[in-house]
Amino acid sequence: MSKKIDILKLYKSLMRESQKIPDYNFRNYALRKVRDSFKANSSITDATLLKNEVQDAFKNLDIMKRQAAIGQMYSAEKLVIENIENDIKSW
Amino acid sequence: MYQTRTIVKNVLTSHSSSKHYIASLNLLRKFSSDDKYRIKEEFHGRPLYLDVQATTPLDPRVLDSMLPYFTHYYGNPHSRTHAYGWEAEAAVEQARTYIADIIGANPKEIIFTSGATESNNIAVKGVAKFYGAKKKHIITTQTEHKCVLDSCRALEAEGFTVTYLPVQENGIISMEDLDKAITPETSLVSIMTVNNEIGVKQPVAEIGALCKQKKVFFHTDAAQAVGKVPLDVNEMNIDLMSISGHKIYGPKGIGAIYIRRRPRVRVEALQSGGGQERGIRSGTVPAPLAVGMGEACRLAKKEMAYDHAHICKLSKRLLDQICGSLSHVVRNGDPEQSYAGCINLSFAFVEGESLLMALKDVALSSGSACTSASLEPSYVLRAIGADEDLAHSSIRFGIGRFTTEEEIDYTAKKCIKHVTRLREMSPLWEMVQEGIDLKTIQWSQH
Repeated sequence: MSKKIDILKLYKSLMRESQKIPDYNFRNYALRKVRDSFKANSSITDATLLKNEVQDAFKNLDIMKRQAAIGQMYSAEKLVIENIENDIKSW
Repeated sequence: MYQTRTIVKNVLTSHSSSKHYIASLNLLRKFSSDDKYRIKEEFHGRPLYLDVQATTPLDPRVLDSMLPYFTHYYGNPHSRTHAYGWEAEAAVEQARTYIADIIGANPKEIIFTSGATESNNIAVKGVAKFYGAKKKHIITTQTEHKCVLDSCRALEAEGFTVTYLPVQENGIISMEDLDKAITPETSLVSIMTVNNEIGVKQPVAEIGALCKQKKVFFHTDAAQAVGKVPLDVNEMNIDLMSISGHKIYGPKGIGAIYIRRRPRVRVEALQSGGGQERGIRSGTVPAPLAVGMGEACRLAKKEMAYDHAHICKLSKRLLDQICGSLSHVVRNGDPEQSYAGCINLSFAFVEGESLLMALKDVALSSGSACTSASLEPSYVLRAIGADEDLAHSSIRFGIGRFTTEEEIDYTAKKCIKHVTRLREMSPLWEMVQEGIDLKTIQWSQH
């Protein structure tokens, strides 16, 4: 699992799942957190430490999938700034 | 401004000539359609949430940890005769460990309660009543949360004496005052770690050391501090600590109290019942909520530095934008000794409630949620010596883990716009612009 290409794959699937979170704040947090964690952990060379981080990331990927589904089931109105972003896009 | 007043005056005085009246009404309507003076703004969607001192959103990871205990593992954690009870108990004990970890305590010293209010009640009333036969004096501060102050009031009615320490202008207590206030009669000192309205951090470690030296129990209400600032009950000599679940991205309806075991702090239980939680808080522990609070503490401990850096960055961004564009803005509370995620600003010559009404698309508060229904200025702001008018014009901005940069920019932009608009309507602001010192004006009495 510690192969670079696999980790990149994991990163991509985490980012993809983050995009699916319906709630504005949770989505942006997930994107920021995934990006920052991978950046911070990129210097890890210790094999066991890296393994732990990768396992954590897999757990988080599962959580994200479940929580994105729950979020879609109980959807709420969008936030003010999301609508502004959409308004700008639709111009 | 002058123009508006003339128009209003025309409208008010022109009842006799209806033609003139209608004309000026039209003019007024035309004028008020000017965006600059429009109070009602149209917006689509839910408001942004910048009130994390009132409550925080439930972290999805926390919800994920709780859901199994709402569905399959519904056992009573106190059932000792079957697997349903055991699995719930194991989860509750694991959660207790996570909560203990974040404050450097032993899991046995953590008691689950319904929230920080109950924890504060147990701490203040419980200690006072248990040691009440010999010691009948309690010390607290004027800026405590309502539940501590109210518990103290209740004790006063039962014959205890309570010293309400004043705070300095920066919101921090003076250690000298505290030293002088402690008497041989004193059983408890209760001082909050981080203030809920102005975000000021009290010197908890120093207070703990003083209390230890004077052999007085020290309770701190850390509802706003746990998971946000590093705390260690042993290093800081804290004997009792109140913790809340829903201030650290956990569920509402659960809290905890830390009660030191060595040297032992005894409290009188307020609730009678099945003797759960070592008899201090009878009643079934809500396993799903306890699990959620445990997970929230685990995450908060793991991500404290990361969250703190994010919150500090946003806090600075908001302050730079607002203070860069507006003058006469006062930050309430010490700017250094405070938690960055709680910014309490007073906008001079603007009425706080009007600003809150104008900022409908941002969820903000003028102070504590408990007192947000009353129009009285906050007692915390009065305790730090804020002028009546400034106390009326305060707004609290709460920044948390899930706040984004865009939200901060939007809030700052809206805030600057509306403060400017409200000030342009204020005759006081006009006088200040003309260089009149408002303090020198003799207001005539009617």
